[in-house]
Amino acid sequence: MADAAGDEKQSNGKLNTKLLDELESGPWPSFVKEIKAAAKNNDSARDLLGQLELSYEDRISHWKHGGLVGVLGYGGGVIGRYSDVPEKFPNVAHFHTMRINHPAAWFYSSEALRTICDIWERHGSGLTNMHGSTGDIILLGTTTDHLEPTFQELTHEGFDLGGSGSAVRTPSSCVGMARCEWACYDSMKLCYDLTMHYQDELHRPAFPYKFKFKCSACPNDCVASIARADMSIIGTWKDEIQIDDAEVANYAATGLDIQKDVCSHCPGKCMDWDGKKLSIDNHDCVRCMHCMNVMPKALRPGKERGAVILLGAKAPILQGALLSSVLVPFVPADELFETIKELVSRIWDFWDEYGTNRERIGELIQRVGMPTFLDAIGLDPAPEMVSAPRDNPYIYFQAEKESEQ
Amino acid sequence: MTTTAAPLQPRLTDVGPPKYDKYLPPMVRKNYGHWKYHENLAPGVLCHVAESGDRLYTVRGGAPRLLSIETIRKFADLADKYCGGYLRFTSRNNIEFLLTDKANIEPLKRDLAAMGIPVGGTNNAISNIVHTQGWVHCHSSATDASGIVKSVMDALCEHFTHEDLPAKLRIALACCLNMCGAVHCSDIAILGVHQRPPKVQKDLLPKVCEIPTLISSCPTGAIRPATYDGKPSVDVIEEQCMYCANCYTVCPAMPLNDPNTDGISIWVGGKVSNARSEPRFSKLAIPFLPNNPPRWPEVVEAVVKIVDVYRKNARKYERVGEWIDRVGWPRFFALTGFEFTRYHIDDFKHAGLTYARSAHVRY
Repeated sequence: MADAAGDEKQSNGKLNTKLLDELESGPWPSFVKEIKAAAKNNDSARDLLGQLELSYEDRISHWKHGGLVGVLGYGGGVIGRYSDVPEKFPNVAHFHTMRINHPAAWFYSSEALRTICDIWERHGSGLTNMHGSTGDIILLGTTTDHLEPTFQELTHEGFDLGGSGSAVRTPSSCVGMARCEWACYDSMKLCYDLTMHYQDELHRPAFPYKFKFKCSACPNDCVASIARADMSIIGTWKDEIQIDDAEVANYAATGLDIQKDVCSHCPGKCMDWDGKKLSIDNHDCVRCMHCMNVMPKALRPGKERGAVILLGAKAPILQGALLSSVLVPFVPADELFETIKELVSRIWDFWDEYGTNRERIGELIQRVGMPTFLDAIGLDPAPEMVSAPRDNPYIYFQAEKESEQ
Repeated sequence: MTTTAAPLQPRLTDVGPPKYDKYLPPMVRKNYGHWKYHENLAPGVLCHVAESGDRLYTVRGGAPRLLSIETIRKFADLADKYCGGYLRFTSRNNIEFLLTDKANIEPLKRDLAAMGIPVGGTNNAISNIVHTQGWVHCHSSATDASGIVKSVMDALCEHFTHEDLPAKLRIALACCLNMCGAVHCSDIAILGVHQRPPKVQKDLLPKVCEIPTLISSCPTGAIRPATYDGKPSVDVIEEQCMYCANCYTVCPAMPLNDPNTDGISIWVGGKVSNARSEPRFSKLAIPFLPNNPPRWPEVVEAVVKIVDVYRKNARKYERVGEWIDRVGWPRFFALTGFEFTRYHIDDFKHAGLTYARSAHVRY
């Protein structure tokens, strides 16, 4: 069936894509229309369409396991991709992806977007992902001989490759101070500073496995840092929530049931509404954001702002998924970059020494234990690091600590 | 594609991305860090008010993530027409136009509608689906990504363009357990799965793989050294395999892809935000649905069912997981009609943490 379909696709110069054609209708924008738009002027986009139709018929991927390709002096940023049916679709026989480090919070000028489009028109399929899961601009599909020229044109326009493999991956940040009243630190600037500081580690993989930074400027965590970043930097505040009593009253007057919609959802049970005034016991506030999300005009984060640094999130491969957990409960906003650099150097030293092949930092901590990890990076244990102290009595007492007593 | 020319000189490397503030629109630059509050004007339309009194209007549109340069250029044209030549994308593949003139909102929405771009995805609406490459560009995918996303969003588009759910709802799709899309903390996660162990390609394996690396790649120790025709190879203890495909990632001679047994699992109740309850993982709702391109009707039906049941039963502000916390998992399975099977009970590490360890039972 596959052969016949492939021959049919190659015959009379017109592609038969009857399965994919069904994905052109409906209210949601169609990726098939996008591939067809690129295919008008580009043979590789045309063969991509053909190969994808074949996958829809066969219900299996027709891409082979990646190979090592890249640009001179870098160990990452390009994902090698080869068709397993090159005889049918020769223009995607080699169809490599380039990851381009996006501008923080994905802001562009129309001129910058056109520049990228022009480069990709000259050198690739004309297809992109805006954006890939980690945040990069994804340029989908080109051949090895175009990698270096594309790279050079991009760097001359102020863009660079993103991360891949066992390296620092392209850091990402929420929109933060650019357009959000809840930003507790400058997530875009921190993201940029980290990206620039770790250029070498980003382009030249030297780690046991990947390492991701994600910067969310408040606990709403719009870049999913707690689920997806080895180091999650989540904005928060230390002092009291700022209340505008008149605006609270306005929300109440316009139909918001403050007791039910705000106070009853508070995880710290720290809010009280007497029908006229909202009072908050800030010591019991866990900084969850619900009340501010519901009444953005009336409530704002406090003025003593910074971030909580958490460590270790990852998807299931290999030993199971992890969420990041608290490493430093609060770092003032203006000390974040220096604190992170110092922490990261200690964390990477330990990971370099003890991490096994394809072991994320979160899994290494699971394997050796958090107390051992804290000793190694020279951080004191703190109750904010745990949801509860251990409930098993198998404590590894340390001989030297015993002798001190 | 044009033929390759001589590389530009000088050769530049390690330039990094554009500086973080390079492409900020003037009003954003002026009020950076000084936003006071925001209002919701309509689904997909926000108004942020700065301490200076400036008002910035955001119009959010859903994009298919896989974009041709033709469409990106059209977005650039709209940015020139309405936004002084700037735009941004969101962390969920939406496109956002930032306007300083409120009068431009409706004309922009009309232009987007003409392009087939729906406006919405804010507050208690379904936002765009974050997803992976699937058959478009990945070797290890157990299913496609874009086609399922298109089919699911076609069915749920009215919940993107209307804020008509109890709370925000985040759907994500990953086409294998590698989870490039990190779907594991989503209200509804669509996850491609394999159901059979890798098929060892004995001829290829000694040429392309390091055997010790391959053996140590298996989290359950199911891969053992073996010799075939005098050449080093491996055996797979099949009953120990949980189809994670980590071996395939390190060794191309261990493919798991199988059109007849690959398919999709559905997970529910995860979240990332700290609002109200803590961030948490999604839990298994349906262990397996078949790959049925081009429109995966079984998957669409299941996701729509979850959304409908959630919409009817959850209280205001309850995310899917928070709603299930309140009503309990037996009620979730009763309301959705999904079968609860042996596969729903965890048997990997720390499985006991998910067993019901109390006499709290709802009847």
